[in-house]
Amino acid sequence: MSTIPADLRYTKSHEWLRTLPDGSIEIGITDHAQQTLGELVFVEVPEAGRTLASGGACAVVESVKAASDVYSPIAGTVTAGNERLATEPELVNRDPYGEGWILRLKPVAGGPGPTLLDAAGYGAELEAGG
Amino acid sequence: MLDRIGARSIDDLFDEIPAELRVDSLPGVPSALTEMDVSRLAAERAATDGRALNFIGAGAYEHHIPAPVWALVTRGEIYSAYTPYQAEASQGTLQIMYEYQSMIAGLTAMDVSNASLYDGASALAEACLMAVRAHRRSKSARILLPATVNPWWRRVVRGITEGQGLQLEILPYDPAEGRMDPKSLDRFSGQDITALVIQQPNFFGQLEDVDALTRCARADGALVIAAVNPLSLALLAPPGEWGDGGADIACGDAQPLGVPLSSGGPYVGFMASRMEHVRQLPGRIAGRTVDVEGKPGFTLTLQAREQHIRRGKATSNICTNQGLLMSAATIHLALLGPVGLERVARACVARTRELIAALGRLPGVRVAFAGPRFHEAVLQLDRPVAPLLESLAAEGIVGGFDLSRDYPELGHALLTCATETRTEADIEAYVRALGRLLGRAAAA
Repeated sequence: MSTIPADLRYTKSHEWLRTLPDGSIEIGITDHAQQTLGELVFVEVPEAGRTLASGGACAVVESVKAASDVYSPIAGTVTAGNERLATEPELVNRDPYGEGWILRLKPVAGGPGPTLLDAAGYGAELEAGG
Repeated sequence: MLDRIGARSIDDLFDEIPAELRVDSLPGVPSALTEMDVSRLAAERAATDGRALNFIGAGAYEHHIPAPVWALVTRGEIYSAYTPYQAEASQGTLQIMYEYQSMIAGLTAMDVSNASLYDGASALAEACLMAVRAHRRSKSARILLPATVNPWWRRVVRGITEGQGLQLEILPYDPAEGRMDPKSLDRFSGQDITALVIQQPNFFGQLEDVDALTRCARADGALVIAAVNPLSLALLAPPGEWGDGGADIACGDAQPLGVPLSSGGPYVGFMASRMEHVRQLPGRIAGRTVDVEGKPGFTLTLQAREQHIRRGKATSNICTNQGLLMSAATIHLALLGPVGLERVARACVARTRELIAALGRLPGVRVAFAGPRFHEAVLQLDRPVAPLLESLAAEGIVGGFDLSRDYPELGHALLTCATETRTEADIEAYVRALGRLLGRAAAA
């Protein structure tokens, strides 16, 4: 059973989003995603300044047997990538919603769009086998 | 078997091929010969090739290959070109890959090597693509490619990379020295350059000022791709030690290490890089590990870069290696060892020095470039090269490579080479023959 914090929003492709006090958005992968991938051995984070399109690949998470793209559900400019993940990819496994954040970005226009799920919606998605 | 699969005749299986594309008879192809007749025919044809005295290099080099190399490589356990699908079941194959990688990393002084690529030209193309992926701050995908880089390699690089958005910029060389002038890079200062390619020794056989070139490229924020002859690394500074901090990627053709000329291929490419770029390195990588009982073993590693996992986002569509020739190179290097390799390299340098000194004394022959060289040099003649090469060939001497098509600015230029396989008598024979041809034509 994976945890799904109530204060975050989610995507069907297993990213979470947190709105920070300054209006920027922090993005990571969910507890369910890290459990499914298994022990991570490498995370490629985007560089600050990179502009992302909505739905574009923005990071790569790699475990022993698989590698997956992380998609940004919103368009924006990267303000930071989590540089600690370069040497400690296991942070994503240990603390997916905290120290294992992957990137922060400044959204282009408005906040996250309506395609995002709340915790209950994401939970239902997982129940349905998503 | 036809009944079982529901086909009436063998022709049914070829129904998909339109009738107009099929050939019923093969006019001009004789009827079948017996094995004995074919063997005899092949032997007779092979004899007409003769045993030419070879003074041509230009990217492929004749070296002595100790007999054990191919005696071992053709053993059943090794004689398969591919990494097996269940790779870890073939521990011997993986161990050869691992030893090969260790040797390449040692020779180039780089952190990590892959398990080989197709040949030197495609390895350089892969290196350019890798540089674009690895240099994340550079957005230009601009690669500086000096004209002193092997012209066939440059053509292959263009063919493989241009459709992928790379911009190749050919740089001129210093006409007096036949190598790059590091100052010529000044004009790129402040521009977004992804990488500079440096071939050492360069296509003319001259030694580039790799330290100065590497420093210039670094100062401009560009990566450095070293294209090197692995044999030369027995004497020259390895790419990992160029400039302050070394090249980022080293590649080249390992043909000089145990692979026969074979009319131009197949050869074997190698590629090594700094550890920080390892996830952008294409191709297979064998790693050493321990099994569940703690016993050492070998495994394919970092496979998430590869096509079977990363699909369209893999580092390359290369998902194999040049296994057979890689094995030959590994055994060749193991037999020679560092001392043997250095002896071969020194013999090449000495033979070429003798050859160039003797040819340079002939009237109508001028050594094109001053400065240090490895085992190849450019001569400028007083008349077209092609007819002279034809006359030499008629005497069983392959005199070198005619540069006039790729480097018309050099005039009647000939690239010639002597490896350790050429004796003093061979060199004398070449000098005598060329002297006679030049003298005769001048008198006529």
